[in-house]
Amino acid sequence: MESFTIVSGTAAAIPLPNIDTDVIMPKQFLKGIDRSGLGEGAFHDLRFDAGGRERPDFILNRPGWRDAAFLVVGPNFGCGSSREHAVWGLKQRGVRALLGTSFAGIFFDNCARNGLLALTLDPATADALMEVAAGPEPARLTVDLTGCSIATADGRRWSFTIDAGRREALLHGRDHIATTLTRTGAIADFEAGHRMRTPWLP
Amino acid sequence: MPSPEPLFPHAPDRQGPRTLYDKLLDAHTVCSLDGEERLLYVDLHVMNEYTSPQAFTGLREAGRRPWRPSAQLAVVDHVNPTAPQRTEDVADESAAGQIRYLRRNCADFGIELIDLMDPRQGIEHVVVPDLGLAQPGMTILCGDSHTTTYGAFGALGYGIGTSEVEHVLATQTVVHRRLAPMRVILDGIAGDGVGAKDLIMAVIASLGADGAAGHAVEFAGAAIRALGMEGRMTVCNMAVECGARVALIAPDAITADYVRSRPRAPSGADWERATALWARFHSDEDAHFLREVRFDAAAVRPLVTWGTSPDQAVAVDGTVPDPGTEIDPTRRRAMVRALEYMGLAPGTPVRDIAIDHAFIGSCTNARIEDLRAVAGVAKGRRVAPGVRGMIVPGSGAVRRQAEAEGIDRVLIAAGFEWRQPGCSMCLAMNDDVLPDGARCASSTNRNFEGRQGRGARTHLMSPALVAASAIAGRLCDPRDLP
Ligand code: SF4
Repeated sequence: MESFTIVSGTAAAIPLPNIDTDVIMPKQFLKGIDRSGLGEGAFHDLRFDAGGRERPDFILNRPGWRDAAFLVVGPNFGCGSSREHAVWGLKQRGVRALLGTSFAGIFFDNCARNGLLALTLDPATADALMEVAAGPEPARLTVDLTGCSIATADGRRWSFTIDAGRREALLHGRDHIATTLTRTGAIADFEAGHRMRTPWLP
Repeated sequence: MPSPEPLFPHAPDRQGPRTLYDKLLDAHTVCSLDGEERLLYVDLHVMNEYTSPQAFTGLREAGRRPWRPSAQLAVVDHVNPTAPQRTEDVADESAAGQIRYLRRNCADFGIELIDLMDPRQGIEHVVVPDLGLAQPGMTILCGDSHTTTYGAFGALGYGIGTSEVEHVLATQTVVHRRLAPMRVILDGIAGDGVGAKDLIMAVIASLGADGAAGHAVEFAGAAIRALGMEGRMTVCNMAVECGARVALIAPDAITADYVRSRPRAPSGADWERATALWARFHSDEDAHFLREVRFDAAAVRPLVTWGTSPDQAVAVDGTVPDPGTEIDPTRRRAMVRALEYMGLAPGTPVRDIAIDHAFIGSCTNARIEDLRAVAGVAKGRRVAPGVRGMIVPGSGAVRRQAEAEGIDRVLIAAGFEWRQPGCSMCLAMNDDVLPDGARCASSTNRNFEGRQGRGARTHLMSPALVAASAIAGRLCDPRDLP
């Protein structure tokens, strides 16, 4: 998993609430057995009209925001389907962090498993960042996970809190399966007892 | 000296009375991790063809094998055609490729697969209960958000992403962060013509699309207890649409009756042991819930969605709401956008909304009780001219049961298509896709933009309302049919 320490880049505003994973990654991009081509799929139906033409008004199609590293998003971002393709696609487009007030549960976990920083901010900070990102000119931010802060190029600064375990995993790009497999003894012990108690289970 | 078996080998974190959710956690905790995290043992892991491939590839690349193949089950359901005649053929080459890769993975690793031509095939969350594999006290995970369905049995079920699918394959465990226990109580008895779908849609409309985010929601109250297992599954299935990560209903005699005598149910002495264990899976009397919300089921009316989020719902005898009356600017923006997408004007009576498609299907509402309700409405009536009515049973078992009851004949006589099982137009990943601008009355769970096809407009409602709408050619309460 890719690690996240200090990242600078442009921030784009996607202020609507309840942006679901069908919108982030439409179904026509879910048919592979690998992770290829998902950058193309990210927000596809918002980026292109039915005839395949770019919609010039969508933020990620506008000059200066096309390669946004940060998305400042509305509440409950990532709701709906569990498809991790949504996170893979955002990463393939170069998105490194999502800044918002709340994220849907499965999506939030998927982000953590892929080194995409989903930051749950207090409403005042989120509002301020939304204003920065929605400005007439592209604005650059620096998100510093080592110091837990977000700064603009002109020196404005906000701090954030993040669960310690999640932060550690992101900083070091931890392999979760390898970590769990250090506990095979505990799993096997539990399993043996559990099977005695519930021998009818598969 | 044999000592009495402890139900919860893991020392409970909390002393005193516990919720059903905490009992399920404690009964499956392998060990505590940092903070609120723990390693949970997974009793059953269910996979489909579209969220598992990259997990299997990851497993192979790391040189790992599934920890316990017998506790894994794979089902083909999302991409297969649902044409009335089932064949091996899957014309879409990428869909066929996903099915082939699932076959290879199951064969290589000794995992049971319910394949396309298997008579038991269907939507994973319908097939697992059909088989009797959903039982009280279990942990059941699946790379699909509607895994909350199994909460109807008093099992801890929730959806995971593909990275976690790989984790469960490799370790038979999941890292679980304790959720906030919440109780939603539905008092009273639902009125005539109000079903499980209306109850859960009313809860979602009231709490909002993220109203239960971060919570493990236990549904309780007289209106829940009165539901059969199909209705309870509808409630727990759709609870994810208000953000609930886990939904639960305490098991009772109705639960045991449903599980008993299904192919994978415990039998003989195991049945006695199992039911004795199940009886302990309920919230203690004084268990503490961080939140509690009450609804009067008697006040719930049949609902339909007008927007593009499942919480944007009104009574079928109401009108499309006006964003001008919404004070919150974010919600207002969302309403304006939803109305634009849906091609609706504020103030339009819901019953004036004409449809061209009606879809009965999905893990929310394609079980036998749902098909009985649809047949009850459709009997002796005809689908309106210009409306395409599709019925996609949740599984082969549901389809056969319906045929044994003559339901298929009633529906075909009414002009509905009687199709083969699968997810179908619930997410339109196969060839069942709505055209741009089509308007569909749908018994499914998500009305998101583009969900049933790019530019397609979905109105969620109960199966009975979908049937009535198909017949009327516009959104309709069955009680208003001539
Ligand atoms: S029926 Fe719909 S919601 Fe259920 S598993 Fe299939 S696609 Fe998902």
